[in-house]
Amino acid sequence: MTPEAPAIMAGTSFGRSVGRVEDARLVRGKGRYVDDIILPDQSYAAFVRSPYAHARLASIDTADALGRPGVIRIVTGADVAAAGLPPLPCGWMIHSTDGAPMKMGVRPMLAQDVVRYVGEPVAIVVADTRDLARDAAEAVLVDYEELDVTADCADALRDTTVQIHADIPGNRAFDWDIGNAAAVTDAFASAAHVVSLTLRNNRLIPNAIEPRAANAVWNAVDEQLTLYMAHQNPIGMRAFIAGYYGLAAEHKLRIVSPDVGGGFGSKAHNYPEELAIAFAAKLVDRPVKWTAERTESFLTDAHGRDHLTTAELALDSDGRFLALRVDTLANIGAYLSSSGALVPTYMYATMLSGQYVIPAIHCRVRAIYTNTCPVDAYRGAGRPEAAYVVERIVNVAAERIGLDQAEIRRRNFITDFPYQTPVVYEYDSGDYTRSLNEALALADYAGFPARQVEAAARGRLRGIGIAAYVEACGIGPSAKLAALGGGAGMWESAEVRVHPMGTVEVLTGAHSHGQGHQTTFAQVAADRFGVPIEKISVVQGDTDRIQAGTGTYGSRASVGMSATLRACDSIIAKGKAIVAHLIDVDLETVAFSDGIFSSSATNRTVAFAEMAYAAHTAAGFPTDQIEPGLVATSFFDPPNFTYPSGVYVCEVEIDPETGTTDVVAFSAADDFGTVANPMIVEGQVHGGVTQGIGQALWENARHDPDTAQLLTASFMDYGMPRAVSLPNYKLVFTPTPSPSNPLGMKGCGEAGAIGAPPAVINAICNALGVTHIDMPAAPETIWRLCQARMSS
Amino acid sequence: MEIRGSYLIPCSQARAWEALNDPELLRASLKGCERLEKLSETEYSGTVAAKIGPVTARFSGKLTQEDIDAPAGCKMRFEGQGGVAGFAKGHADVTLVPEGDETRLTYVAATQIGGKLAQMGARLIEGTARTMADDFFGRFATLILEPQSQDPL
Repeated sequence: MTPEAPAIMAGTSFGRSVGRVEDARLVRGKGRYVDDIILPDQSYAAFVRSPYAHARLASIDTADALGRPGVIRIVTGADVAAAGLPPLPCGWMIHSTDGAPMKMGVRPMLAQDVVRYVGEPVAIVVADTRDLARDAAEAVLVDYEELDVTADCADALRDTTVQIHADIPGNRAFDWDIGNAAAVTDAFASAAHVVSLTLRNNRLIPNAIEPRAANAVWNAVDEQLTLYMAHQNPIGMRAFIAGYYGLAAEHKLRIVSPDVGGGFGSKAHNYPEELAIAFAAKLVDRPVKWTAERTESFLTDAHGRDHLTTAELALDSDGRFLALRVDTLANIGAYLSSSGALVPTYMYATMLSGQYVIPAIHCRVRAIYTNTCPVDAYRGAGRPEAAYVVERIVNVAAERIGLDQAEIRRRNFITDFPYQTPVVYEYDSGDYTRSLNEALALADYAGFPARQVEAAARGRLRGIGIAAYVEACGIGPSAKLAALGGGAGMWESAEVRVHPMGTVEVLTGAHSHGQGHQTTFAQVAADRFGVPIEKISVVQGDTDRIQAGTGTYGSRASVGMSATLRACDSIIAKGKAIVAHLIDVDLETVAFSDGIFSSSATNRTVAFAEMAYAAHTAAGFPTDQIEPGLVATSFFDPPNFTYPSGVYVCEVEIDPETGTTDVVAFSAADDFGTVANPMIVEGQVHGGVTQGIGQALWENARHDPDTAQLLTASFMDYGMPRAVSLPNYKLVFTPTPSPSNPLGMKGCGEAGAIGAPPAVINAICNALGVTHIDMPAAPETIWRLCQARMSS
Repeated sequence: MEIRGSYLIPCSQARAWEALNDPELLRASLKGCERLEKLSETEYSGTVAAKIGPVTARFSGKLTQEDIDAPAGCKMRFEGQGGVAGFAKGHADVTLVPEGDETRLTYVAATQIGGKLAQMGARLIEGTARTMADDFFGRFATLILEPQSQDPL
């Protein structure tokens, strides 16, 4: 079904399933990605990477490799040190409960004397071709002295001799907490019921279709650096690369991200490789290009999740929640990545209220270094971990006190908005009961017992699981982010240029990496101006064209679209002044709708394109009062986050003889506020739910406990969800407009990945009659549970 | 990862022990072994070209005998570097027990692998290692019967 969302703007484009403008080139194979860019005199880079998870670099012998054909230069950590390039920073400052600032391990662009995870870059070989670079990279002799390793964050609780960063004892980056511990203790003391649960949120690998890639060219005469990179925030990266690394002056640094083939957060971070490529280009004075091989993506694209959590929920005799206590070990990998400190703190613990009134909440998070790839934001980023904790323990509580899983939620839902949770956030709007009702109706919840009986007759265990999620999206607001330790503001800019013939360019600092911004941003301008979408171009991803921006991640396109709306309104305001002059009426009498300016003082009208032409010709204009030209800019910083929410219902069938789980039905009721394009939003839900089911059933980054080698570094061993394993999803939208932006939008990109994992696991636990099963719920684990139950 | 195996070698315990210390016979028995040199009474160095799943590489490595209890057995330590293909290292306890006119050779090997080998081949390596071991001892048992060990190729 294709639910149509109510548009808050009168028009024919916004709120409708307009076909994706970008697909015309993408489906024809005419998309242009970084790897498609081949520059004159192009050279290619291959990275030498550590095969050890923890080792001292005794020596690097490049002599043989340098003598290989076509080799131009080999860059090592010594070059990085000689150039004085600083280590990679984490963009967020977290303070431990005792007030101490978090301990940030030094992460050089290329390893200096110790490598701390398999795949850490040690050297770059630059050669005339990609193959020559790879061959020569094999000839670089690195003498590693192996050190002891730890891959599991739980090791930090035991005596461990492994010391990953010299100055960080116990490998603890921080020991942080949030909430009111005393209030929680009091509530537990008087509770009628207390349930507890220990669960693991499995580590995931992002697996964007397009691997990370960079191509850099240095103009030594003008000292201009151009860096093409597959990134979610190319505009924002300029100030960072210029200001922090000094690789070029800001006004002489151009960053271009053309089409980007997926990211899920993994292309929002600051990595060593892209910076090292830019550095290498300066050293060799030729364009240097690198495109990650798939194994490099598995090893080095920042991983997601990896929490080990114990949660306790206190309830009164009616099943109302009194308090939630959570203790989490977050495996942050070998280094704190760009948002590595933010994700397990303010993007996680702040969401532990879920959709519920929970008067007291306390959460402790210990962030632990391990000899693994750094962990950072991945589709949902902290919010899936929180939803998983809350939605699992709510089901455990329901089972304990004999309440239906729908009823326990209904009984505890927040119903009055705005709602201030005990953990920072003030939820903007929502109707959680409606989402629950609509999801239950879609899923035919009432008919489940009959389906379960029917499945049992076929020897199948059928289960149903509900999960209700809420998330914080639409980031900024810059002031609130700064108060939480953020190092940069997160607003968004838009520039709207109207050309003489009335065509429109929307320039945005947001950057689509699959979300269809070229369509949805155009829809805003199309409706505001009454101009057909064919006459609108959306420009993104090039600092030579875009003035400012902070990128696309955290379901924040609503911020850029709101900036676009405001810039459009500035154009209309100027247009009214122009039209007042053209038809000689008072400005106050001029109105604009459906592409036509009119005046209550005359029956003359002026079309949008006529006004644009007049603005540019400026013929007979009072240019002392109205400047020629038609360009407007807006920087929108929202007053609050947005809080998308929804209720998912998953139904599974398990074959007890093989342990395999089939997801046979999946229903989703999502409140994304105003929906700009239902087709695109449905696509986002499909993708997110699929990744969520993938986490619950198949995906898992597994390390050898003795060597910390990543054992799932290819699609042979890392289980990706496939269409054939999934049902058709049933979707409905239950919008309550957000007051946090003028469009009323909330964001939809991550929801599915947040709500789906607990829905699936709740369904599996329901089918098996067990309290808990860890993700991924592999057939072997389920089969053993079934066998144990049959034999008991 | 632990791999174990047992083979009946058609010769005496003394002859089996002698063969186990004959670099030429060992080289001929090990498929893909391009070079095997005896550095001392207990140390060997060599090169082996091996294909493990999708990973093909030339491994340069060292083999060391420890805890020698001639002719009843010893511990063999090995480590090999395969460049970007990664590395393998470990040890094997080898015992030789007379069984009639023949000798029962038993080994228990513990191996660690890293780099591409671990990333691409972890689930394949046990099978590959077992195949290589079967192949090795098969050839070894054949070659040992010949008066002077010769390369079958």
